[in-house]
Formats: sequence, structure tokens, C-alpha cells
Amino acid sequence: MELLIKNGAVYDPKNGIKGDKTDISIKDGKIVKSVSSSAKIIDAGGRLVMAGGVDGHSHIAGAKVNVGRLMRPEDTRIGIKPRTKITRPQTGYTVPNVYAMGYRYAQMGYTTVFEAAQAIMKARHTHEELEEIPIIDKGALTLFGSNWPTMDFVREKDMDKLAAYVAWGLLASRGYGVKVVNPGGGEMWGYGKNVTGLDDVVPSFDVTPREIIVSLMKANEMLGLPHSVHLHCNNLGKPGNYKTTLASMELANQVKASKDRQVLHVTHATFNAWGGTNWGDFESKADEIANYVNNCDNVTIDMGQLIWGSATTMTADGPVQYANAKLLHAKWGNGDVELEDASGVVPIFYVKQISVHAIMWAIGLELALLTKDPYKVLLTTDHPNGGPFVNYPEVIALLMSNKKRQEEIKTVHEAVHKRTKIPGIDRELDFNDIAIMTRTGSAKVLGLLDTKGHLGVGADADIAIYDIKPDQIDPSVEHAKVKSAFQSAAYTIKGGEVVVKDGQITATPVGRTYWVDASVPQEHTDIMMKDIRHKFKNYYSIGLANYMVQDAYVTHPKVVKAGISAGVN
Amino acid sequence: MTVITDALCPFCGCTCDDITVVVEDNKIMEVKNACKIGVAKIKGHHRIKAPMMRTDKKGEFKEVSYDEAIEAASKILAGSTRPLLYGWASALCEVHKKGILLAEELGAIIDNTATVCHAPSTLAVHEKGLPSATLGQVKNRADLVVFWGSNPVHAHPRHMGRYSVFAKGFFNEKGRRGRKVIVVDVRKTDTAAMADEYIQLQQGSDYLVISALRAILAGQAAVVPDVVGGVPKEQLVKLVDTLKAAKFGAVFFGMGLTQSISRYKNIDNAISLITELNAFTKYVITPMRGHYNVTGFGNVCAWETGYGTAVDFARGAPYYNPGETAANDVLLRKETDAAMIIAGDAGAHFPADSVRQLARIPVIQIDPYWNPTTEVANVVIPVAICGVEVEGTAYRMDGVSLRYRKMIEPTHPTDVEILEKITERVRKIRGD
Repeated sequence: MELLIKNGAVYDPKNGIKGDKTDISIKDGKIVKSVSSSAKIIDAGGRLVMAGGVDGHSHIAGAKVNVGRLMRPEDTRIGIKPRTKITRPQTGYTVPNVYAMGYRYAQMGYTTVFEAAQAIMKARHTHEELEEIPIIDKGALTLFGSNWPTMDFVREKDMDKLAAYVAWGLLASRGYGVKVVNPGGGEMWGYGKNVTGLDDVVPSFDVTPREIIVSLMKANEMLGLPHSVHLHCNNLGKPGNYKTTLASMELANQVKASKDRQVLHVTHATFNAWGGTNWGDFESKADEIANYVNNCDNVTIDMGQLIWGSATTMTADGPVQYANAKLLHAKWGNGDVELEDASGVVPIFYVKQISVHAIMWAIGLELALLTKDPYKVLLTTDHPNGGPFVNYPEVIALLMSNKKRQEEIKTVHEAVHKRTKIPGIDRELDFNDIAIMTRTGSAKVLGLLDTKGHLGVGADADIAIYDIKPDQIDPSVEHAKVKSAFQSAAYTIKGGEVVVKDGQITATPVGRTYWVDASVPQEHTDIMMKDIRHKFKNYYSIGLANYMVQDAYVTHPKVVKAGISAGVN
Repeated sequence: MTVITDALCPFCGCTCDDITVVVEDNKIMEVKNACKIGVAKIKGHHRIKAPMMRTDKKGEFKEVSYDEAIEAASKILAGSTRPLLYGWASALCEVHKKGILLAEELGAIIDNTATVCHAPSTLAVHEKGLPSATLGQVKNRADLVVFWGSNPVHAHPRHMGRYSVFAKGFFNEKGRRGRKVIVVDVRKTDTAAMADEYIQLQQGSDYLVISALRAILAGQAAVVPDVVGGVPKEQLVKLVDTLKAAKFGAVFFGMGLTQSISRYKNIDNAISLITELNAFTKYVITPMRGHYNVTGFGNVCAWETGYGTAVDFARGAPYYNPGETAANDVLLRKETDAAMIIAGDAGAHFPADSVRQLARIPVIQIDPYWNPTTEVANVVIPVAICGVEVEGTAYRMDGVSLRYRKMIEPTHPTDVEILEKITERVRKIRGD
């Protein structure tokens, strides 16, 4: 099957194309040099063409998301659409059902999305949901930061065992990368406690968050994993936490990257760029975080932009969720996972006239606008923590238009003037910057840039065409048109197949699930497994034989090879 | 002879995964490690041999072919204006997915056995959330365990041994001796008999007692009467001190709480108590789910429709309003004009008026076993036993997903095969 996209105004940052009229040839799901004269032609008519969107951090599947659905029928009632001949019914806004997840991403021109956190023990559930999300390619990051084997091997300073455990854990969970959430805090939450900084000692395991982060970064690079360690910092959600975030980012200097990418990705930085000492003197320290990122080459961040209105916070950071539930008098879901991590789910409503929310709204935008290199700051809402992913077009419009920002600033709490820098920032991103923050940069951060996030020969034929002509629009003024175009792609092409036309779903192919198969010397695995078997015999409540995710749950796998003996280093 | 180890038991929400099964000539000869009920479930009994039909419910069944039974079932469902698809708890998640798709096709109501069990807990979760944990967290850490309106000795026989009372863990090497066990119940059950403390309530007073505990915890003991629900105030004050003194407390509640007076409000109140206890020390609360995969249905239904149960597809999109859309709501209002009962036994567990309505309308039963639902059925389609003859997914009471193993080859078609055929046939009849 051949396809030719003609007359597109193409933005393809990886290949240095900035709005030039470029034809794109597609054959058998891949972008090729040329196609025959019998190829089907799509005339883009000068409209904006980009690679399919890539989201490196979104909570789309698994135990937390489903707890959110079960807790929030009031959310499910939003966004209800009956089935059609092609689509299954859609429900929900912050916690959509599996079908809506796939359709809504595709409608925005997104074709690849990574679930941000799964405990190994609950990974089967994650994959059950990923299997049912239509159209998009996907994968899931696996939690390692409070796992007992991680902490044991860190304490023993046995990097071979730690690397072998990470490799095995990725296999067991069919995971794509190493997620670390409030390292050590997940274990402490087992007794209702938390760590308060990088150097607190986790009782019974005698390790610190600092040691956990550094060791996992080292193991990650020993294994040459496609993605770096993906860190949700300690002290998230507490005023003054920017210092912990800066100290955590500095840890990356202790580790050398095994690939052309960051050593550390600090996620949803909106939630950990906070100054002040309490909610009264709460202020933005986004400038400090952006400044650090600007002056280093081994750390990337994503925004975690706040969106006004309803959101559902969900995270493996159990203690922060208990604090949220108490603060907001909100319903509280908690889901500790034995030997692995904690988790919590709490609904929230972000209000323009609440000073803390207004400041958080500004922080996300400051991070994106003060970070000079768009490859270092990805566009996310930490769906659905900052807000649902369907609001990405709103974020794009805000970043491209100072006029829109200034109009918005007039409607929010005055604290944004005194305690953030957003009113004075006049930078406006262009389509090239947006293409980087929503596809090329995300693909690079994830280690997928060979086939995702660009439109060069050999890339997957995942393409979005948006109904705006870049040479005839001033996004600074016509921001509403920009937002509307990104909400509803003129075309979304996934693997060479048209899946969205004029914002409507036209086909629902099955996407693939990315996971990383990292090899380590067998003797390292053998020694590591002695410890694992001991833990199953004594502490886990299920058997080792029933722990690992079976092939039946990953029916369309895309296996990425890595590892020590694979010679990736 | 084949020995299958690490097999899973398809009886209760404990989903024990350490079962050993000895198989010879496609027969299960021996079951090790399971409880008595589990052994009986795995070995099987009184299977329905072949599909059966009858027009007159007072008449005798006549054996028919699978094709005839599927055709009859499809016609009943396709011709119904308000079909109900009920049961699901004793089937694997793969079956639930097919069931929800069929419900979409039909514009049916789909509901599961939680409706007469833990659905009130779901309503409470809508109100308050659920601070919970996996069972291994309890095994490794809990030094205080409360069974409230639940009786694991009989309903979840290995719960205490594997997870909650006798189990030894990382922070609790002593097992039973390292734990205080408290039972709150209206009856002195066998679980109560082995507890360190038994608190006997007057029937229907759970809500009052929980409220009193919350008041005492909040420092408002002065407002609590001298006796609450038959329990002296001093005992309640002492109980709060005991609860606060624990390092990790786990509360397991059963149908004594969900199906007694005040129903979901009991759970709502209990969850609030647990949330408030977390200001002092660590507490988690977990429903004692009955059927081995009732939790799985709630999960599949939630990720596919957004709601955990009682979903009405009459509008084409999922609609949920328990009290209006649950199985007994539509049966008692006599709206249901055809029902498919699968992997659950409405005949045995529904209120008499609901069963009377089932007796009036065409009923299709899909089940390996003859049970009271069979007595009100017109079309009976026997299937393979999920978790014994069919592999697939189920969710433990704490939401841990596990893959069931196939122990022997099935002698009947699977639920999935039957549902696929019915769905296909329904589509044709309705001309989609």
C-alpha cells in the first residue's frame, strides 16, 4: 500500500525542515524515498504537516487509572459518545475509557504514548488496558525506586545485581524504561511515613534516595536502555521543593550517558519547581529549574502543565496523595503494592482564583518558555494530574501566543504577577519548537528517534496534517485557530493508514506495545535470582511462577533490544 | 500422569496461586494446597452434559445441539427490547470483554454478582475512595487485623493463613503471635472464636458504632452515649486506643457490612474511619470479595465503559445509575423482557420477586453447572470451566491480576466461543 502526501508545509526538526513544501512518500507503513505513480495521493494543500505526536508521560492504563474510573463516575459521565460503526463508546474526561484514550490521542494527531508508571506486580493489568487502547503505539515505564530488590542491591553496592534486576524487572513487566517515584518514599509510606530529602535513610534498607537515584542511573546506562531514568522527584507537592529538584538534577553529573540523550529526565516539573515555605508564601522557582536545565546537557524535563477545571491526580507517590486528600477534603484512593511501591488517586479542581493554582499554571508555561532549547522540555500535562491530555492544543496556543497568555493572566489570581515571572515573558514559540516539544524531542528523550518523531526515510509513517497554513497564519494573534487545528487533525496517519480524517476516526488498527529486552551476563541473573526467589518464598503474596507478564498480554509487541552483553555500550 | 504446580484456584477472591493438581487421562485426580471448597470447585461436580431447551418453564428440558441452543438464545436476545446480561463473577476477564461487547450490540444492561454482594462498597468508593493495599503488604506489615462483618474461616478459608493472620512477613516474623486480631460481628462466628477481641454488635448498628469510633478518635468521646449498638462506651474507647497503637492496621469487611441496614453508608463511614486513622498511623481497608473474579468484572467493565457494574447501553453509550440500572432494579420494575445469566446464579441469590420476574420471561443460562437459575431457564448452554479447563485472567480481591492455568482439556465449548457466536448471530438477525 503506497501513499503520497503532497504540498504539505512540513515541520520536521530532526531533518531540518521548517515549513518547506515537501512531499512525503509512504510504503508498507514506513516513510520511503519515493513511491510509484499508483500511490494514493493526499493533497495537503499547504497545510501544516508534522510527524505523529509522541507523548512520553501520560497515565493512560493500569491500576491507578482504573481506580480513578471506579472512584469517579462523575468524571465518566463527561465526554460520553455512543458507539458508531467504527468506534466503541467513549466515556470520561480526566479518566477516559480505553477506547476514548486511543481515539482522542489520534484525533489530536498523536500516534505514540507512554504510560508513565506501572508496578511490576500490577503490570499485567496495565497491559490488559494497553491491549484495548486502539490505534496508537504505546508502552509503559516500570517503577523501580522503592522496590526491595533495588534497595538491597543499592545497599550492597552490587551494580551487576542491580542491572540484572532492572533487566529482569523490565521483562517481568514488559516495561520500556526505569521510572523512579519519590525514591525510598514508597517504602516509607508502607508505615505511613515519607522521606524528606535526598539524604534521609530508609529504615530496614539503610539506603538514601540519593543512592537509589544514582545507582539506578548507573544501572540504566550499564544496560544502555533507550530511555534514561525517568524521575518524579522527592518532596513533590511541597513548597520549597525546587531545591530538592535541583539537587536531584545535579546527580546526573555522576553518570555518563551511554547514548545520545539525557542521563536523567525529571518529569512534570510544574509540581517540583516550587519556592516558598508554605501555601501562603508559595512562589514559582521555574526560573531556577529552567536556568539549571539551560546550563547542563544531561537533564531533560517535561512540563506537567496545569489546566483549569477538573483533573485526577494519580501517582505512585502515596504520601503526597494522602496529603492532597487531607488538604482538599477529597476522596482518597491508596494502593500500596507489596515490596514495590505505593500509589494514590485524588480528584482535584484547578481554579483560576486560587493563588496556588494560578502560580502552578504559570510555572508550567515559565518552564517551557524559559528553557531555551525545546529538546530539553517536553509538552505534557502529566495527564490527568495537571489536566487531561485533550488540552494539549490549549497549551500549544498559550506557548505560541503572548497575547493569549496576557488575556488569560487578566483572569487569574493576582499572585501570578508577584510570585511568577510569566507576565513579563514575551517569548512565542513557533511551529518548529512545538514539533520538537510534542514529537521530535519526546522521541529523542525516549530513545525512539530512529523511527518516531520525524519524517525522514525509514521512519514509521505516523503523520499528522493540521488544518492551518503556516505561511498564512499569525499564531500570536490567531491563537484560537491554532488551538482548534491541533484539537482536530485534518488527517492522522498511523503506520501508513489514515485513521483520522477531518477530526473523525476512520479506522481503528491495533497499535504496538514497546518494551525493552535487556540482556545481562547469565551469571549476574543467576545470582540476582537467588535473592528474588527468597523474596517470593517469604514476602510476596503470589508465586514467582505467576508473577511475570505472559506473552498473551502483549499481542503486538515491538521489542527493543538493549543490554550489557548485546554490546550496546 | 501430569503434575501442574503454581495453579490458581477458581473459588474465592483469595485466588490462591499455589495449588498443585495431579492430572491423569484428562481427569483431575488430586488437588493439593487448596481449601476444601477449592478442591471441590477444581474437581467439579454435576456438570450439565449437553445444551437443553424448553418453551414451557414447567415442562421438561429437551437436549438440543449447540447450534440450536445458540440460535434460540440469539433470537431471544435480538428480539428483546430490554435485555439483561447478568452474572460474570465465576468467569475470566476474557469472557467479560465479550459480554460487554454483546451488551453494546444489544443495547442491554450488563450487571454482575456484586449487585447482591459488594456493589454497595463501590458506591462508597464513589463517595470516599478506597485506601487499600495488596495483601502482601498486610502479610509483611500488619500488627493489627480487623474482620468486620466477614467470616474468613468459612468464606475465605486460606485468607488468614496466606495473607492476614498466620502469615509471616518481613516486618512480622512471628505471624499470628505478632498480630492482634479483632472481630466485629453480630454473631460469634468461628473467626470471632479465634480472635483476640470480639466485639458483638446488635444487628443493624454498624453505622452507629463506626460513628462512635470516629467521634472518639476525633477527641469527642463526650458525645458518645454509654452504650452504642449494644457495645459499652468503655470498650469502644479502649478499641480506639488499640487501633491507634498499631503500626499497620488492616480492616477486611464483608457482607455483614454491605448487606445489612445502612448498606453503602456503612462502608462510606468505615472508609472515613480508616482515612482518619491514617492521621495517627497506617491503615488500609479491603473488601472481602466473594467469587474469584468478581473483582475482575469490575475492572474490565470500568476500563471499557468507565463504570464498574450495572451499565445500561440502551442509549448506545454507557449509562450507570444503581437503583435504576442494576439487575434487580429492572427485574423488580418488570422492565426486563429477556435475560442471559452467565457464570452467576440469580436463581439462588436474587430476591424472590426478581426470581418471579425471571420465571415470567425468556431466560438463557450459560454455565457449567445445574443450579437454581436452571430451574427458571428456557435455554441452557453448558460451557467449559474457567480456570480449570480454560486459561485466562482474574483479579484477586486486592486488584492483583493473575493468569489462570488450564489444568485439563475442556469437554464443552468455552464461554468466549459461545458469546462470540451469539454476538455474530445477533448482528445478523438485527441486520447490522
